[in-house]
Amino acid sequence: MSKQRIIVVGNGMVGHRFIENLMDSPSADNLEVITFSEEPRLAYDRVQLSAYFSGSTAEDLSLTSEGYYQERGVNFVLNDKVVSINKSEKYVVTASGREEPYDKLVLATGSYPFVPPVPGKDQDHCLVYRTIEDLEAITDSAKTSKVGVVVGGGLLGLEAASALKNLGLKTHVVEFAPRLMAVQLDEGGGKLLRRKIEDLDVTVHTEKNTQEIVPGETCRYRMNFADGSILETDMVLFSAGIRPQDELAREFDLEMGERGGIVINNQCQTSDEDIYAIGECALWEGRIFGLVAPGYTMAKVAVSHITGGTEEFTGADMSTKLKLLGVDVASIGDAHGNTPGAQSYVYNDEVNEIYKRLVVSEDNTRLLGAVLVGDVEAYGNLLQLKLNDMALPDSPETLIAPAIGDAPAMGVDALPDTAQICSCFDVSKGAICGAVQNGCTDMGAIKSETLASTGCGGCAAMVKQVMDSELENLGVEVCNDICEHFAYSRQELADIIRIKGINTFDELLSEHGSGLGCEICKPAIGSILASYSNEYILKKEHIGLQDTNDVYLGNMQKDGTYSVVPRVPGGEITPEKLIVLGEVAKEYDLYTKVTGGQRIDLFGAQLHELPEIWRKLIDAGFETGHAYGKSLRTVKSCVGSTWCRYGVQDSVSMAVAVEDRYKGLRSPHKLKMAVSGCTRECAEAQSKDVGIIATENGWNLYVCGNGGMRPRHADLFATDLDDETLIKYVDRFFMFYIRTADRLQRTSVWLENLEGGLDYLREVIIDDKLGICEELESEMTKVVGTYQCEWKTTIEDPEKLKRFSHFINADEPDSNLAFVEVRGQRRPATDEEKITAIEIVE
Amino acid sequence: MSTTISTEWVSICPDQDLLANTGLCALLDGEQVAIYKINPNPAYSQDLYAISNYDPIGKANVLSRGILGNIGDHLVVASPLYKQHFDLISGECLEDPEQRVKTYEVRRFNDEIQLKKTV
Repeated sequence: MSKQRIIVVGNGMVGHRFIENLMDSPSADNLEVITFSEEPRLAYDRVQLSAYFSGSTAEDLSLTSEGYYQERGVNFVLNDKVVSINKSEKYVVTASGREEPYDKLVLATGSYPFVPPVPGKDQDHCLVYRTIEDLEAITDSAKTSKVGVVVGGGLLGLEAASALKNLGLKTHVVEFAPRLMAVQLDEGGGKLLRRKIEDLDVTVHTEKNTQEIVPGETCRYRMNFADGSILETDMVLFSAGIRPQDELAREFDLEMGERGGIVINNQCQTSDEDIYAIGECALWEGRIFGLVAPGYTMAKVAVSHITGGTEEFTGADMSTKLKLLGVDVASIGDAHGNTPGAQSYVYNDEVNEIYKRLVVSEDNTRLLGAVLVGDVEAYGNLLQLKLNDMALPDSPETLIAPAIGDAPAMGVDALPDTAQICSCFDVSKGAICGAVQNGCTDMGAIKSETLASTGCGGCAAMVKQVMDSELENLGVEVCNDICEHFAYSRQELADIIRIKGINTFDELLSEHGSGLGCEICKPAIGSILASYSNEYILKKEHIGLQDTNDVYLGNMQKDGTYSVVPRVPGGEITPEKLIVLGEVAKEYDLYTKVTGGQRIDLFGAQLHELPEIWRKLIDAGFETGHAYGKSLRTVKSCVGSTWCRYGVQDSVSMAVAVEDRYKGLRSPHKLKMAVSGCTRECAEAQSKDVGIIATENGWNLYVCGNGGMRPRHADLFATDLDDETLIKYVDRFFMFYIRTADRLQRTSVWLENLEGGLDYLREVIIDDKLGICEELESEMTKVVGTYQCEWKTTIEDPEKLKRFSHFINADEPDSNLAFVEVRGQRRPATDEEKITAIEIVE
Repeated sequence: MSTTISTEWVSICPDQDLLANTGLCALLDGEQVAIYKINPNPAYSQDLYAISNYDPIGKANVLSRGILGNIGDHLVVASPLYKQHFDLISGECLEDPEQRVKTYEVRRFNDEIQLKKTV
């Protein structure tokens, strides 16, 4: 049977989603798919485009990879555009002359930016904001510009303004309408948004109709407006709306809307039944949908129809929630109250700059729409009320009134199972409940099972509410007790220890626990005590709490021997020290391996050898590397601006400084850091708990990355920081993690389970929302000030050294140890090898 | 190393060398013995315990280096290799009762810790 051949024209977000859905469908094996893109790269996240200016790269924005397509047998052709369709013989022709037959043709050509027909619009430095190439052009132009104007004060215009501001330009926004975001916001909301944006030093000009762009006097250009006013600027960025990219359909006679757009039915078919149109090029019931979520729905519907399903496109909700220039803005449904008889509730707090409006039906029982500026916490609840046409509570104003005491939460129990909770991945309440029933009991598990909240993340709070409520319905008692000896979570224990100033395990156990403790609570509490009092971990009060690795200040290997890892800050080491490492390894016959963290691991040391080895290392200037502890491991670095032709900052000096600052810091799990000297990121900082990447202006700070078992790309936390602010944020970040994480929870998982996610973390650490930053900093100052090299302290104490022999009553080594040679070094013998060895001896 | 008059009990080390809540390894007639000291606790009649140092699951001589505690009514050490619990009184592995380690008699005598020879 020959395969059905599907051609997808355009590889943007919607075209790519269509292919993903198609590949996930049961008919995937019977399909042959080919996609064309006029852009030089595969699909990327246009919604996050502005992140490009705050440090993200084209790869970060990418939604897919060539590997993904190749694995699934999807053919892709970049830099080639479909220019002709033969509908009767069913084939397309590309600009390069390539002819490809199809059974089904899918047009996902998207849209292009509308540039008003203003004389002078085609000059250099008059640009648009749509593709990564556009961003590159904007970046280039910014290098020779001081002032930039964005034409268009809608959603995209403000995104573009944010980009110009990030590039350091004096930024203006010029809008034709009387207010910003005129489509989504009412007058009150628009007014507050303007005030907030002007506070950020972006000048807003409304009711301006640009007449022409002519040579300027103080700047490159001058814009002349219809009212006679003028504005001087070096760059003009048009972001005045989009137009459907429909020329192909127009030229080859598919039915079009009067003002453009390819007409589609509820199955997303065009006037030719074998040709579909999806996304921003498609016109459904006279409407173009300029958001990505409806495009995704169309992709799903088209896949369903092609593979024999029955899904239909029945319109889309255009509600939206976003952060523009750092200002939270949301709009739901009929934001303007245009429905006949509509009434409003308005909450306007000029002091704290918060504006909220509810639009309700004439009989005050249904929500029609809402506008939120400055505080969008109510968005999730309000959207569900609207989408599910639910009855409003008795006093609807409580939905937007500031919470006094316990806020009246809308129970998620009231939502129908079909309620869509995550719009990015179309995850319903029912799907989340199903995942809980199948054993997902935390946010991390829900995310990986359902994908809910892994797109924009806006639904995280709602997803958690659904999960918690379902857990409760199932009668699952969420028990966070650390173990049978303490009826507290790790976070609660950390609070008790910190607030009551408790210094020993015994004190905590007698006041708050029972029994003797165990291998779960002892190391966890030992770690918390060390994080706050930072005493020598082998003190007699603490030694019994430590894992064997900490007790012997080495990493126990499978045969009971230990490894030795001295600290090599930033991975920088002198030849003299390197020679000492070699000499010690040779003397004690230690298996030697370079680690992933830019230091050297020496394996196979027996207990009695450890103090002698460390004495030699310490005499040569080494310190312990804490490779055995749940604590800071290494700070990896690239060579940076001192040697590298591309480096923009001295990454090695920064790495050495932060490693020296945080060495010895004990934490819920191990901590890894890295510092890269430029955006090429050779130190792989984005896979670390804390990653620092140099920029022209300072440092970008990334947090909560991970390599290893569950890789996670770190999140960009703050940009262009100076040294002092960078250290301040990292201090706060680490101490907040220590205060709130579970035992053995890496920062990546911690963040995924942190209510409010990255935004909340920023509020705590940058805006000091909880008012704890001073405390966090002083806690860190204490740890830094009380650092000691544990090996130095140990070798100076004869009592402690008694423990470092295999037998307390004999000088012999462990007779069970046996080694074999491999590639010039020794490794532990396997069980079989040991038996053979014994036979030979006998 | 001090010698002892008794033929049955062997002195291992001064009492003070074994810190509360920790273990040590002793050599007794060629056998490796893990000796532990817990905090004095009314729930337990003594504070010293001794079992074989060999972890039959991890197959290494390491049990003296595990963390002490209790799991329900069992007084246990957790193997430092793969964390199975061994009962200090019976020698039984809680996770795998097939695996049982040898137990030894231990006492404090004249401020010394002593193990009883096994026949």
